[in-house]
Amino acid sequence: MNEVCFKNLDQKDPWSLKTYEASGGYSVWRKILKGELTPEQIIDELKTSGLRGRGGAGFPTGLKWSFMPRNANMQKYVVCNSDEGEPGTCKDRDILRFNPHSVIEGMAIGGFVMNATKGYNYIRGEFMEPFYRFEDALKEAYDAGLLGDNIDGSSVSFDLYTHLGAGAYICGEETALLESLEGKKGQPRFKPPFPANIGLFGMPTTINNTESFASVPDILAKGGQWFADIGVANSGGCKLFSVTGHVNKPANFEVPMGLPFKDLLEMAGGIREGRTLKAVIPGGSSTPVLTAEAAMAMTMDYDGIDKAGSMLGAGSVIIMDDSTCMVETLTRLAHFYYDESCGQCTPCREGTGWLYRVLKRIMDGNGKADDIDLLMGVQDKIMGNTICALGDAAAMPVESFLRCFREEFEYYIEHGKSMVKG
Amino acid sequence: MISNKAKKQIDAWVVKYPEGHQSSAVMEALKIVQAENDNRLTSDTIQAVADYLAMPGIAAAEVATFYENYNHKPVGKHTIRFCHNISCMLNGSDELITHLENKLGVKTGEVTPDGLINVKKVECLGACVGAPMFQIGDQYYENLTADKIDEIVDGLK
Repeated sequence: MNEVCFKNLDQKDPWSLKTYEASGGYSVWRKILKGELTPEQIIDELKTSGLRGRGGAGFPTGLKWSFMPRNANMQKYVVCNSDEGEPGTCKDRDILRFNPHSVIEGMAIGGFVMNATKGYNYIRGEFMEPFYRFEDALKEAYDAGLLGDNIDGSSVSFDLYTHLGAGAYICGEETALLESLEGKKGQPRFKPPFPANIGLFGMPTTINNTESFASVPDILAKGGQWFADIGVANSGGCKLFSVTGHVNKPANFEVPMGLPFKDLLEMAGGIREGRTLKAVIPGGSSTPVLTAEAAMAMTMDYDGIDKAGSMLGAGSVIIMDDSTCMVETLTRLAHFYYDESCGQCTPCREGTGWLYRVLKRIMDGNGKADDIDLLMGVQDKIMGNTICALGDAAAMPVESFLRCFREEFEYYIEHGKSMVKG
Repeated sequence: MISNKAKKQIDAWVVKYPEGHQSSAVMEALKIVQAENDNRLTSDTIQAVADYLAMPGIAAAEVATFYENYNHKPVGKHTIRFCHNISCMLNGSDELITHLENKLGVKTGEVTPDGLINVKKVECLGACVGAPMFQIGDQYYENLTADKIDEIVDGLK
């Protein structure tokens, strides 16, 4: 446990340059500055490591980096997505607070590999403590001569800046984030063109999640195979899981991929007050909900969670015990997507409103007999019909809640009250 | 309309972006100007930011109305941003929001008569392991209870 992003968590001032360097920090970066590592070697190690994007999509990081036109004669950018806002997710906040230098080193390495001399870390606007912590770390790195032009007399240059959001979940979507970085509304772009060709300010850009960048230095210091061996096939390494909801000790845990869910639940102190497990959302609010039975048989890796019927997402494990009203819970999630839809695509803009209003009328005791069919129809019309994944993210909880807990919705419609809470 | 102090703060953001892309600083510029104008924006202050960054007023207005953290109506000196998303809800945020409303004598969206506090329900603030939680200014307050809320709110001046 806690082998990569959280490895210094029990040290004094884990966020300081001193602590970071004492545990091998910036050793990979210094090797690069001495000309001892090539971009090709780094991409090969990352591919071997099995590191997949930790923001939710799970795209192999090594492959992503190889898509950048590194020899194109134009400014290129690396961007870190620290716009953490998926309900149930709070891991990047702790990386920024407790291990900011790993993000800086990971981004600098990415800059070298992709021949991008400038980077931006987009931090959500509410994360002011992490922002100041990251800014302090940046200053330390500059003062130590680790960033800037022709660093340490080498031909390598890398400048890194922070950018703050202003409250919009959609900016966690990478092209919306780029729009936001350009000082615009955060509305996603059509793909293609992909950011690797036309990204920030029209230039080739690669965007990775905070945890992905933070994992890179250790992977390269200890070897891709070392990281791959921590995890299981198709899910290399370890991963941060935020375990929240009805558990005794909610916390972030960095554990090997492939860990049985029941072990993770136990690490979080188990279900509280002698209640029983009812449902689990394994990867953040956008991923399908699972019944207790499906969850208890699941392992925490991409394939294991897929087999159980959901997705690993950002590793945000939301635990619900038998006191939870699933109608109320889904209504709350539906409100979230309704609130956060950017309004660009009709199926999402209108559909999220329909989903919320129909669920709200069920909650108000005014549900109609065919409301379940209506909800299923609306989510189906959103799914796959929007520019970005927010539409799918709004649809999937609805489909899965209605499939796994249909009787609670039927009861609410028929009786005008919750089957669980009365 | 934009003080010299605010201009200096905005300039510190502008230099982060390539030449000609100063409008990337608009989000921070709006926050800085909002902070020194009773925590809210008006069409005049938005236009002033747009002028300062040499961008169309409508572009700044789009940003000012798209993002959650800009206010267009009067707010209190302190805004309590209470998370009511799933992990906080499962840990009793609804009951605590009601407790807070009763204590202050105002509903969410209203400002206390002395102009000191308003409460806003917000979506996930990314501190779910510390649920239930809220934010005041730059600071997060986690693992809230009714007693803890009373103590925090009584300390607001």
